[in-house]
Amino acid sequence: MSCLRLICYSFAVVCGLSAGWPAVAQETIKLAYTDPFSGPFASGGDEFLKNFQYIIARKNAAGGPLGRKYELVPFDDKLQPAEALIALKSMTDQNMPFVMHCTGSNVGAALIDAVSKHNARNPDNRILYLNCGALATELTNEQCDFWHFRFAGSVDMRAAARIKSLPPDLKKVYLLNQDYLFGQSIQRDSKKWLAKLRPDIEIVGDELMPFGKVQDFTPYVSKIKASGAQSVVTGNYNRDLNLLIKTAVDSGLDVRFDTFLSHLIGGPTAIGAAGENRLTSIMEFNSNVPVDLKVPAAEKFATDWRSSGHDTDFSALNFVTMIDMLTDAINKAGSTDPLKVALALEDMHEKDLLGQETIMRKEDHQLLMPYYAGVFSKDVKYDAEHTGFGWKNYMTASAADLTLPTICKMKRPE
Amino acid sequence: MEIVLVSLLNGLVYGMLLFMLASGLTLIFSMMGVLNFAHASIYMIGAYLAFTVSRLIGFFPALIVAPILCGLLGAAIEVWGLRRVHSNGHIAELLFTFGLVFIIQRSVQMIWGMLPMAYRVPPSLEFSLFTFYGEHFPAYRGFMLLVSAGMLLALWLLLKKTRVGMVIRAALTHPQMASALGHNVPMVFTIVFAGGCMLAGLAGVIGGNYQTTEPGMADAMGPIVFVVVVFGGLGSLLGCFIASILMGMIQTFAVVINYSMLDLLKPLGVTLSDSNLFTEIMMMPVARIGALLPFVMMIVILLFRPRGLLGTRDT
Repeated sequence: MSCLRLICYSFAVVCGLSAGWPAVAQETIKLAYTDPFSGPFASGGDEFLKNFQYIIARKNAAGGPLGRKYELVPFDDKLQPAEALIALKSMTDQNMPFVMHCTGSNVGAALIDAVSKHNARNPDNRILYLNCGALATELTNEQCDFWHFRFAGSVDMRAAARIKSLPPDLKKVYLLNQDYLFGQSIQRDSKKWLAKLRPDIEIVGDELMPFGKVQDFTPYVSKIKASGAQSVVTGNYNRDLNLLIKTAVDSGLDVRFDTFLSHLIGGPTAIGAAGENRLTSIMEFNSNVPVDLKVPAAEKFATDWRSSGHDTDFSALNFVTMIDMLTDAINKAGSTDPLKVALALEDMHEKDLLGQETIMRKEDHQLLMPYYAGVFSKDVKYDAEHTGFGWKNYMTASAADLTLPTICKMKRPE
Repeated sequence: MEIVLVSLLNGLVYGMLLFMLASGLTLIFSMMGVLNFAHASIYMIGAYLAFTVSRLIGFFPALIVAPILCGLLGAAIEVWGLRRVHSNGHIAELLFTFGLVFIIQRSVQMIWGMLPMAYRVPPSLEFSLFTFYGEHFPAYRGFMLLVSAGMLLALWLLLKKTRVGMVIRAALTHPQMASALGHNVPMVFTIVFAGGCMLAGLAGVIGGNYQTTEPGMADAMGPIVFVVVVFGGLGSLLGCFIASILMGMIQTFAVVINYSMLDLLKPLGVTLSDSNLFTEIMMMPVARIGALLPFVMMIVILLFRPRGLLGTRDT
């Protein structure tokens, strides 16, 4: 149903603009948001959109930056760089100062490049790219850019937290990843951190599998079984992860699944009891973190989300941090001019919703933020997606732990 | 050795699931000469319906009800949709089913949402049938084999031993002749299309909880089913069966083989040292390209035997 609403909403926005309404909209600050809202990854984009609607509604209710309100304007990029660039053109034509984007490093790389060129050519109509989930480490290393700020941990940071949180008695791991940019960088960084942090662990299997094409995981399970691995460390997500775990449990394969992304929307529902006490993930947030850290405000934020008609759980703490930092930067700059806001964002120190220190690093525009490792368990206050199981947190990697070196050489505007 | 036996068994189960899906498509394809793009979408609807129905009246009634609903849907599509565009030729029919894919996809997302459904194996089938070299063989996989084998038998009896089957077979191989002899060929078309959709629905009921029931499942299953049908050959159920099992085996064995093309050449004294694109291709393990093998085989068979493995007519 929400898709219908989305379509109507986008339609209304388009009609409104083309009809040239005298517009209450003049007063609002437009936040363009592009992600896949159709196709196989639509569930992710749709969920993120609801997250943003929730966060922005609360921010607006609290006053908004410079006493003005935010207005969210979604664009469907279908997870295609070309579509995202068309959307970007439309945003800059409408003088929108900010574009948010969360899914797909291929789209992210295209946006960084296009935004940089656009801003160089049109100094009077610039746009700032706020990245909330394109994770490839390169985006803040080789490809880093002044007009790009990333509010999510890079693959490198996640891999560090992932390997750090492996239990000490673990000796044999099997690496299984999807054969594309993201899976390959997870594979590379997992190996790097295993060598650095856990030289005692033996890698008994290291495999790339076709992305989204495998229908039957039994042969993989046989192979993992034959390797004698105690844990499967995997960056797989969606179907590629759910089917793997389901098949493994059916076949009686007794290993841990130390994943990067099993907490993503739909994962807990699809995996269910199969993941009990053996499935772990690396998260920005889950409903049980504020319980452990005793932060009632954050706990209320998550329960309010649930009670306001959402079937899912709130997990996008970094989105909250992003909107908070953006708001403070606009207030500090006294305007929505992308250059002034970008300068205000640099080196911003802020406590997130949980009271943890986060820093927007000036050198590469990467947010330094904590990550939480959780295991799928019955022994929790809040379950995930009404499955009866939730994430029990057993380790925290603080922002300081995850402050990793960068090779970014940023070209700054004069 | 043991991994070979385990893989044989795994390949058989997967192959039979493919066959359930592909047999319906092969009937439709042979009969109407149209690759029904929406076949995998019907499979998805079967899984979703089974999920909803099994919540109300249990899994085993759903095993009957959901395929029947899919069959009715198929009949409706044929009577009110396909038959109308039929007069405009095969391309129109092809485009029609192509459009259906998107409509069904979107409808499923609107009715059931975008998230995976919690469609699970019924508790009465949730035990381990036997242990095979330390790996459990779940009862549900045995049940899948049983259902698909039963379906194969029923289909064979229907086609070979009944009058309806005779007319269908006649219309399969000689549609004009069957029509000239006074058989209601459009009616036969409807029956075959509905029957094919019913088989797809049955595969959905069985496959939906074996895999996951989510809006992407049609996209995931679609291409491989076409490969099976084209590879098996037009108008041949036996060819479809052989192709299904073969594809199941190939995909299963490709994963467990850790060799690359270079390993094949090693005994001949070939070694590659420098790093370029060619070396990279040669050193890529078979497991990484396993999912591509069926498509390679389809291309090869189209080049050298265009009517497929046991096909009786040209494509």
